Amino acid sequence: MAAKDVLGRRGEDLAAHHLQQQGLVILSRNWRCREGELDLVATDGSKLVVVCEVKTRSAARFGSPAEAVTRVKAQRIRRVTQVWLATHQVRWVQLRFDVVGVVAEPGHPVEITHYRGAF
Amino acid sequence: MGLARAWSVALVGVEGRLVEIEADVGGGLPGFHLVGLPDAALNESRDRVRAAIVNSERDWPNERIVLALSPADLRKAGSGFDVALACCLLAAGGTVEQNALDGTVLLGELALDGRLRPVRGVLPSLLAARRAGMRRAVVPEAALDEASLVSGIEVFGAGALDDVLAFLCEGRALARPGPVAAPPEPDPPDLADVVGQDDARHALEVAAAGGHHLLLVGPPGTGKTMLAQRLVGLLPRLDAAEALALAAVRSVAGRLPPSGAVSTLPPMIAPHHSSSMAALIGGGSGTAKPGAVSLAHRGVLFMDEAPEFGPKLLDALRTPLEDGQVRLARADGTACYPARFQLVLAANPCPCAPAHDRDCVCPSLARRRYLGRLSGPLLDRVDLRARMVPVTGLSGAVGEAEATAVVRARVLAARAAAARRWAGRWRTNAEVPGPVLRTAFALPRAVVRPIDAGLAAGDLTARGADRALRVAWTLSDLAGRDRPDREHVETALFFRDRGA
Repeated sequence: MAAKDVLGRRGEDLAAHHLQQQGLVILSRNWRCREGELDLVATDGSKLVVVCEVKTRSAARFGSPAEAVTRVKAQRIRRVTQVWLATHQVRWVQLRFDVVGVVAEPGHPVEITHYRGAF
Repeated sequence: MGLARAWSVALVGVEGRLVEIEADVGGGLPGFHLVGLPDAALNESRDRVRAAIVNSERDWPNERIVLALSPADLRKAGSGFDVALACCLLAAGGTVEQNALDGTVLLGELALDGRLRPVRGVLPSLLAARRAGMRRAVVPEAALDEASLVSGIEVFGAGALDDVLAFLCEGRALARPGPVAAPPEPDPPDLADVVGQDDARHALEVAAAGGHHLLLVGPPGTGKTMLAQRLVGLLPRLDAAEALALAAVRSVAGRLPPSGAVSTLPPMIAPHHSSSMAALIGGGSGTAKPGAVSLAHRGVLFMDEAPEFGPKLLDALRTPLEDGQVRLARADGTACYPARFQLVLAANPCPCAPAHDRDCVCPSLARRRYLGRLSGPLLDRVDLRARMVPVTGLSGAVGEAEATAVVRARVLAARAAAARRWAGRWRTNAEVPGPVLRTAFALPRAVVRPIDAGLAAGDLTARGADRALRVAWTLSDLAGRDRPDREHVETALFFRDRGA
């Protein structure tokens, strides 16, 4: 695994842990289809499904990680979500799209920023 | 997460409109959205503002930022909103207190390192801010002198965004405008320098006293240009409001002298005859910029070699002559500039223009065509026409010539008399509409008989008759009389009939 993938993997672990701490149940991790990939899909157990994009960086020098989630990327995540819903035969749920930014600078505590309902 | 408000000013022509800037920070992915009809330069301020805030070592809020400029339907142009945008978004982020921004107008462009760069139109912007009830204003240090012309609003000059923020947060002192020392203005050239030309000199005096437009016709080298340049010295100095209106036009045109002192000398603008329409009347892409007619507001527009100006240019002068302003419509909106100037036209009698008219070699048709380029409707607005005579002797004439100061005293007395008579409705005789002269201020039949005769014979148009009446009033003012007598009316006609 390349260094950036290791970093990304670690970021996703941290993000999943972060969501679980908030009482969410993780349904899928790195769910892939032809359209793309969803980092995390979680639910609060009743009717809310949270689709979460995780962005990890080792330094904030190039702007906050969440800034890298562009409009095009947001559109793709929405599209993949439809596929996920169809595949899992889920109907009529409330959807929320979150972004979790992780800055893991070596020698510093990891910083997690959670944007609820980011797009 | 937060909401904040700041204020800046958008320019529409020479008029400023207060712009309220609102910032909403929070609730979403980091991003910077600017709404409210920004133009290209203003759209780029996103990048300037961000770089300036980061380089001023302030925290950039890593949240969704929406900046709205209202009124939202007014097009906003230029880089002057940068400082207000930066302060507003920092206030929404919690760095600056909202009440520090209340009642404060922020103007200036930001450099990437956080320095404040000067912007155009600071003077009209501050006038608008004062009108809108703003208490204080922060402007770039370089524009402090210009800003100091506006009283009734506290003005501060800042060198960098850091200074502005320290001023707003901690009350750190900023530069205040010092007393502006008016640079000694060179006296306009003296009338005593002009040799001979008693008639033209008299015409100049009448023009100055009544605010009449003037046409000087004569061979080259007889002093047409010299005379025209001396008109400024005869006119009264501008009052504070006029000087400020002129300074506002200059500020928008980017022509305000850096000293910042507001000049009370009436302007004298002499465009070359190859000038474009945009240079003369105003224009240019985007919002139209003021032209020569507006820069000559409350002063003299001198058009040397008038027939050489294109006919379109000359006729374009008719509307500002009539209205005292120019309205320039563009897709972005209509800019309205003041343009109440006194027109002085100078022309040679013919294209070949020998020193003595009898030596002219032009065919009669060429002569007629040459002055015929000054169209009838334009000349109808020119009350006074003076013919210059060739200089026949140098000796003696110089000593006898009256100095500007002497003539000016008479002119000011005549203007004061006219202003008293028109009781605030008009200031000079040239502004009084014809019907008023014919009804409320009608002259006895015997006095206006020469005018009636001219009308009956077809020598005079109705408008021409009104012009002659106006000049007659000016002549009586200069003579210190209550109302014109027959002699004044005849002299007034004399000024019309001769020449072109």
